[in-house]
Amino acid sequence: MSILVDKNSRVVVQGITGAAGSFHAKQCIAYGTQIVAGVTPNRGGTVFDAPGPDGNSIHVPLFDTVLDAVRTTGADTSVIFVPAAGAADAILEAADAGCSLVVCITEGIPVLDMIRVKGALQGSPTRLIGPNCPGIITPGQCKVGIMPGHIHLPGRYGVVSRSGTLTYEAVGQLTELGMGQSTCIGIGGDPVSGLDFVQVLDLFNRDPDTDAILLIGEIGGTAEERAADFIRQNVRKPVAGFIAGTMAPPGKRMGHAGAIISGGTGTAKEKIAALEAAGVKVAATPADMGTTLRSLL
Amino acid sequence: MKIHEYQGKQIFSRYGIAVPRGIACLSAEAAQSAAEQLIKETGNPIVVVKSQIHAGGRGKGGGVKVVKGGPSAVLAVAKSLLGSKLVTHQTGPEGRTVRRLYVEQGLAIARELYVGLVVDRSSGRIVVMASSEGGVEIEEVAKHSPEKILREAIDPAGSLRPYQARKLAFGLHVGDKSPAPKLTVQQFADTLQRLSSLFEKEDCSMCEINPLVITDQGQVVALDAKLVFDDNASIRHADWSELVDPNEEDAVELEAKRAGLSYVALDGNIGCLVNGAGLAMATMDIIKHYGGNPANFLDVGGGASAESVTKAFNMILSSRQVKGIFVNIFGGIMRCDVIAEGIIQATRQLSLTVPLVVRLAGTNVEQGRELLRKSGLQIEPADTMGDGARKIVKAVQHAA
Repeated sequence: MSILVDKNSRVVVQGITGAAGSFHAKQCIAYGTQIVAGVTPNRGGTVFDAPGPDGNSIHVPLFDTVLDAVRTTGADTSVIFVPAAGAADAILEAADAGCSLVVCITEGIPVLDMIRVKGALQGSPTRLIGPNCPGIITPGQCKVGIMPGHIHLPGRYGVVSRSGTLTYEAVGQLTELGMGQSTCIGIGGDPVSGLDFVQVLDLFNRDPDTDAILLIGEIGGTAEERAADFIRQNVRKPVAGFIAGTMAPPGKRMGHAGAIISGGTGTAKEKIAALEAAGVKVAATPADMGTTLRSLL
Repeated sequence: MKIHEYQGKQIFSRYGIAVPRGIACLSAEAAQSAAEQLIKETGNPIVVVKSQIHAGGRGKGGGVKVVKGGPSAVLAVAKSLLGSKLVTHQTGPEGRTVRRLYVEQGLAIARELYVGLVVDRSSGRIVVMASSEGGVEIEEVAKHSPEKILREAIDPAGSLRPYQARKLAFGLHVGDKSPAPKLTVQQFADTLQRLSSLFEKEDCSMCEINPLVITDQGQVVALDAKLVFDDNASIRHADWSELVDPNEEDAVELEAKRAGLSYVALDGNIGCLVNGAGLAMATMDIIKHYGGNPANFLDVGGGASAESVTKAFNMILSSRQVKGIFVNIFGGIMRCDVIAEGIIQATRQLSLTVPLVVRLAGTNVEQGRELLRKSGLQIEPADTMGDGARKIVKAVQHAA
């Protein structure tokens, strides 16, 4: 099984006609994701074509609004490729239209926009993943994001990460070891975002088809420390981890908007200590993420 | 994005937040004239000469001088500060060269408070912090006496409510010992509300007034201004480009930003080129693990072309300390054959002489590896991250 997305998920792509949106919509369709609609204002009524996993042509109807798309096609999951200036608004539109899951890939959304989005989503049944994330994939069933599908393998290990390519590195290692993945979620690299480690760990903990979890964190903020608390109190499945940025200097933003050690907090060392104290086995190097998880089984 | 104190105070003034009268100066003579002007205007012979650098702790580091001896004394102080290296607990041991001074009127200070606004990541809200421990390092207060810091979270759909500002004002007893307690309370609360409004409209990620002072007349004045802007919001602030001080930025980091790359200079000798921030940090970590020392963090992003790879190599090599380069690419959207072409082109164009280890994985990896093999260039391939890190560390050690 999986968490959040599976072969039954009906996906609408916001920003489908843009460069990133069209490229990745095609990749997801080829993977077998059910993309049932696309949204670009003023392009409603047209069709987006792409080859499906069997080579057959898939015709995706486009709509002017997410509400139109949801009403017409029953889409329940949105993936957003809208540029930063309009992305926060796109998230709110998807939630307003009734999507139960919104995956925002966009990088560069102003923090204050995300603060307002997060406030608006409080109490809403809509779950947000991201922004500034690679998305979510349940291998063999549904890919909602930009990750390379071919490195994944269906299986029973959950992966949750703040990173993009570092997640692929981990997945590559797991697949090589024959350790398939139930669901892989990139929660993103921004300081204020949707689902955090705790919420994803809770879902993996309750998923009967996830046996163990790999958590990939990085410097900045206290998400890993909160995850450690949650793991200690609630998670009985084995958890392995890796924290990037042991070598990062304080005060410098290391790529991700959220990857910054400020005021002395958010160091990799603190995070590793907190996770280890909670019983998580933390890989000594990024080359050992897969083998570290395997050692727990 | 950081800005100077004098720029922060200009913005404070626009929002009606009281600041001392001050004049920014680029020369000792200008500082002297500024002092003359201020003394004449205010009738107070005391002025403060403040070094302008993008780092805190200037006072403790000796970069802020209260001058009682008039304009000629200011000239001497300014001469000693300008061009000097100011080292504070936030600059690192190499310090920063002082190129600009801010000459400010002296004030009769009764009390120093701390006020700061930050984005609280776990709650996803802007939090206003206030403390009676002004003028000292707030991080120390947070560590040793967290109860001395009062906090109010701002409603994400609204603004700081007047009652919240009053809670902080009365919580800190700002009116105590003031000759005009009601005025002091009102000014303090008003300052907090204006600051909150500024934070939102100007897209700050952090804003500190340390110290926010109460004068002997009970007036509330911002004695310092530390504003950091959210880089992601630059799309809606065209005026920010005018506030940039290129002397405060690492030239290569600035150039990288313009080229759409993420680059942070470090002090080692192994250059790194990676796609993705998390993987780039992890690459630095694994190099260190094997005994090497990374020269930089560089995230080439998802759309690297031959041009951007060449630019990236140039940036890495601009540090003369670099004795080797490790390219670690996990191609998702990025195809390994495209990056291989970029590496080959860059290597040829720059006539690269230092050892180069390239690890490719992911989309079109076989085509990428084949291209590198056939290129005839001195490029050492690696299959895994660990393999690559060990190889580059060894190659650089041998070259030494």
